[in-house]
Amino acid sequence: MTHPTPTPGRASDALSRVAASPFRLARPRGTRLHLLLAPAFGVLLLAGWWLLAESGRYAAFIVPPPSSVAQRWWRLVEDGSLLRHTAVTLREVVSGLVIGVAAAFWLGYLIAKNRIAAYTLTPYLVALQAVPIVAIAPLLIIWFGAGIASKVIICALLVFFPMLVNTILGVRSIPTELRDLMRSLEATPLQTFWHLEMPAALPILIGGLKVSATLSVIGAVVGEFVSASAGLGYLINFGRGTYDTPLVIAAVFTLTALALLLYGLAAWLEAVLLDWQDAG
Amino acid sequence: MTGNADERGSPAPGAPEAAILAAQGISHVYENGSGLVRALDDVSLALPAESFVCLVGPSGCGKSTLLRILAGLIPPTAGQVLLDGQPILAPQRRIGVVFQQANLMPWRTVAENISLPLELAHVPPEEIRQRTEAMLDLVGLIGFARAYPAGLSGGMAQRVAIGRALIHDPEVLLLDEPFGALDALTREQMSGELLRIWARHRKTVFMVTHSIPEAVLLADRVLVMSPRPGQIIGDFAIPLPRPRSLALLHEPAFVALTEQLRRCIRSA
Repeated sequence: MTHPTPTPGRASDALSRVAASPFRLARPRGTRLHLLLAPAFGVLLLAGWWLLAESGRYAAFIVPPPSSVAQRWWRLVEDGSLLRHTAVTLREVVSGLVIGVAAAFWLGYLIAKNRIAAYTLTPYLVALQAVPIVAIAPLLIIWFGAGIASKVIICALLVFFPMLVNTILGVRSIPTELRDLMRSLEATPLQTFWHLEMPAALPILIGGLKVSATLSVIGAVVGEFVSASAGLGYLINFGRGTYDTPLVIAAVFTLTALALLLYGLAAWLEAVLLDWQDAG
Repeated sequence: MTGNADERGSPAPGAPEAAILAAQGISHVYENGSGLVRALDDVSLALPAESFVCLVGPSGCGKSTLLRILAGLIPPTAGQVLLDGQPILAPQRRIGVVFQQANLMPWRTVAENISLPLELAHVPPEEIRQRTEAMLDLVGLIGFARAYPAGLSGGMAQRVAIGRALIHDPEVLLLDEPFGALDALTREQMSGELLRIWARHRKTVFMVTHSIPEAVLLADRVLVMSPRPGQIIGDFAIPLPRPRSLALLHEPAFVALTEQLRRCIRSA
């Protein structure tokens, strides 16, 4: 038989496993009514929120009704500010993600392959992981300014560690016998990388990417909270300062959508690149 | 001892000068957690071109270690391996290896797994396509070209592994208990398949197995290895006529040979 597919990357991605696990519970045969359950629950939540707001127990600036949040959101769309702030945050998130993932991949590959690198660097990397990145965000703002650079660095640092661990695990989990096969075929190091290491590590790498995508969004918002003149995190901060609660909630929803979009992209990448995993 | 040990190095099948792959005075010691393990002790053997040689012996006697040394995958502590008279220091493309597990790449289809050696050797795509097609036909997997390994049975996966080991036309094929992980019925069937394939692609084959009937059915010569440290303690010529088939399993001559081998192993 073939080797067990290395998929520990999926362990770090528990939520999507829960979502994907098929329920064996009885459900009406031949109907698709079960597909309506989640949307129906969403409507219920929305109704609950609306009732809470309309009950008159809370001021509108504490619990604004869904309708005023929607109106506020639409105004942001119309005057173009939503697009502008979203673009700023998206740029920070994506730049940080790319830099963090690339740095972690190469360093992780080096550590997985080279014992000297592993012994030299591992203690420092563990120490780095123990640093609460969020706590050093002000320091990074002092050093790199209130512009995009400091946010990109925060995002990259947040993304770095899970990606590094996943890369090391991914490369180390490659079966010795497959390495022997490549050696017996006189594969060059570059061929071994492209034909064995890269595809074998891919499931774990993409698992890391899915986690990283949402982490990167957190990084950007934290950076913008500390000091910024644009971005969705800035918008939240601004809304809080002016008691514009609908603005805060509208920005939070936009951020959530952004994170979901990035996660979805990673999941799509997984489905396209790893279709062989479902062949069994 | 059975008195067969004196056949060792007899000129008929094993003369070193006719050998394509030969091992000379191989000893191997390795370290595990609790100390040094002497895996092999002064093993010499010679594989004449186009011969089929099987190595049998109890589990853990160093058979697989010997095979990996012959493949150039691990350097022996002492002794040397000669391919066409030249010492080998690293794995050679001219030596194909089939491992105990099918060892397929789960992200490659059956056809892509089989064509891997050609891709690595930069064979033109059109030639890769043709040779892969022919190999799929030979190993009986035409309909599964685009299937992924996860969807294959153990026997089918091992056919893919054999196809992959043969496609770049290596001169020597080393098989490390290739059917060890299969159920008895599939295993017997695969032995028959291997006979058929070998009849079409006469290669020098060295196969490690712990099944005596399998060894007798397939081989021109069966070597017997002692428990650790592994030494060759018996060398049996298998004079059964070819082409052979699974029907042979019930012939008196076949049964007598397996008995002889069994006695030799037990005496060790």
